Amino acid sequence: MNSPLSWNRLPRVSPDAVYRLTQRSADIPLHLPRPLLAYGNGRSYGDVCLTEQGTLLLTRGLDRFISFDEQNGILRCEAGITLQEILELIVPRGWFLPVTPGTRMSTVGGAVSNDVHGKNHHTSGTFCHHVRCLELWRSDGSIIECGPEKHQQWFEATVGGLGLTGLIRWVEFGLIPIENPWMWVESRRFANLDEFWTLNHQLESRWPYTVAWIDCLASGNARGRGLILAADHAAARNELPKFKERRRRVPIDPPFSLVNRVSLRALNGLYYRQPIKPQGGLTHYAPYFYPLDTIQDWNRIYGRQGFYQYQCVIPPREAEAATAALLETIGRRGEGSFLAVLKTFGNKSSLGMLSFPRAGTTLALDFPNRGDKTLRLFEELDAIVREAGGALYPGKDARMPASLFQSGFPQWEAFSKYVDPNFSSEFWRRVTS
Amino acid sequence: MNTLNRVLIFGATSAIAEQTARQLVAQGASLYCVGRNRDKLMAIIGDLRARASSQQYIDGCVADLTDSAQHPNLIDAADHQLGGIDGVLIAHGTLPDQKACQADTSLTRQEIEANALSVINLLTLLANRFEQQQRGVIAVISSVAGDRGRQSNYIYGAAKGMVTLFLQGLRNRLAKANVNIVTIKPGFVDTPMTAAFDKGGPLWTAPEHIAKGIIKAMEHGKDEVYLPWFWWGIMLIIKHIPERIFKRMSL
Repeated sequence: MNSPLSWNRLPRVSPDAVYRLTQRSADIPLHLPRPLLAYGNGRSYGDVCLTEQGTLLLTRGLDRFISFDEQNGILRCEAGITLQEILELIVPRGWFLPVTPGTRMSTVGGAVSNDVHGKNHHTSGTFCHHVRCLELWRSDGSIIECGPEKHQQWFEATVGGLGLTGLIRWVEFGLIPIENPWMWVESRRFANLDEFWTLNHQLESRWPYTVAWIDCLASGNARGRGLILAADHAAARNELPKFKERRRRVPIDPPFSLVNRVSLRALNGLYYRQPIKPQGGLTHYAPYFYPLDTIQDWNRIYGRQGFYQYQCVIPPREAEAATAALLETIGRRGEGSFLAVLKTFGNKSSLGMLSFPRAGTTLALDFPNRGDKTLRLFEELDAIVREAGGALYPGKDARMPASLFQSGFPQWEAFSKYVDPNFSSEFWRRVTS
Repeated sequence: MNTLNRVLIFGATSAIAEQTARQLVAQGASLYCVGRNRDKLMAIIGDLRARASSQQYIDGCVADLTDSAQHPNLIDAADHQLGGIDGVLIAHGTLPDQKACQADTSLTRQEIEANALSVINLLTLLANRFEQQQRGVIAVISSVAGDRGRQSNYIYGAAKGMVTLFLQGLRNRLAKANVNIVTIKPGFVDTPMTAAFDKGGPLWTAPEHIAKGIIKAMEHGKDEVYLPWFWWGIMLIIKHIPERIFKRMSL
């Protein structure tokens, strides 16, 4: 069996062993090499879900629902179930995830341990704001059921805790009611960053979901041009369009990245010029929330070398200047991704000691792995983030220096007391050494 | 087309049966699930209940199917709880350690008991009941291993071969009674039962795909199905290798 990879396909490390969990209540064999680390569906980037020493515990076999309170919208399920599997159950019954990341292929355990956020952060906070309780298995055999009001310190360590406090076996969380699977989406174009800030401010006050896509290669007066999509779940209506999801896949690993200067410039330009719907229109939830999920294995387009994602958050006071500086630096290098994502977080503070979301602005871009050249660009970006008092997202990181992690997550030392002595990851060893 | 509104599943904790149960529930079926491991069975029943609507009935019972004295009670309980049975899936089984069996006759008998005799016992009881009701479908998970004896797992193969042959006879008998007997022959399936194997390569299939094939075969009243279909071709070749040559091969 090939060693499990994270979504950006780097680093490539082989653990001493992999072990498939199939039963939530079963004991984890003592003979497995330590440390242990849960690996869900491989949708985080970098090395939070990888370990070269010890054993990866594959959690996809823990894919059972435990209870579904359809009256009150409360779901309890095993940690290896994917958001997609949950949506297939709850959407036909009039419920939706309270918060969803940009892929529905991640597991619930992954969503909790990275305390994921979505386009509704400014109204609903992070995923873990909606978690009512969860069960944590510790390598000393103890089992801790914790929540915002029960063993609160364990809860705060575990949500956003990067899988380091033990194995999350099940999670219970609240859902939100919907009338149908459709979204009402208003899309607007903005010509530069200044226009973005104004438009974003207006739209955020009226819509629960907002996100902007930026053409990261546009320069000069057009720097920061892009599209902003604001949305809400569609109201009840008698007639709905038909929706059939088409799935495609990237069948091979190209020998080199198909994402390069030429393709990037062309695609970004095209995306910016696509027809918009300023008056709003209906879009099914799948293409709205998960545009990339319809292309299976899209991460292969970056070739065998893989790619990096760079996602940072900048505090509100520095947001405008730092975002402009980041885009300027990226544009100057001609690097960057098809679709940079820009979103402002609301003021709701995250519950986890290591949660990434916090008041401010978050920018996320993918970069093909061009070795040192790419890493040098990141160092320049790091300097801007550091200067602005920002942080990088551990769940998207394969290279941040320990010092940047420690300044961005000042509770990391307090957190480390809750780390299970028999759990660790490449990420954790890297940022704490 | 057989309707599958009320289905009894033996060996419900096997990975293939669990996936089949999920898909049956998704299409509105009520289920009675029999399994040996209590924790596993309860987790599965809980999962199926969460997936089911309030109109569907999901329950089950813990039983060791090598205890054939229990069989009549299990079938009665399912019949009573479901209000009749449209279909049965027999999916329980073990994967014997061939080397250990070669060294231990009682282990060999135990494996034959679990994989063949317990199945035949259930089938005998079910057949009489279905013959009377003049409708329904009984599907049994046999194996491609039952098509030809091989040095690497002939205890398992012999047990599955016995089941396959028994089903042929039963199918012949019940054809007149409008009852379908379906023999399912999965190839390599990626389940906990096969955890010891290296599962790279195109021959391995996920249990949910096998489950889809099982339901289709049950609905359409198929006789013998290989899952995935290409195993039909592989086994055709394997069955036709002359014994003179086959005995020297290491399959």
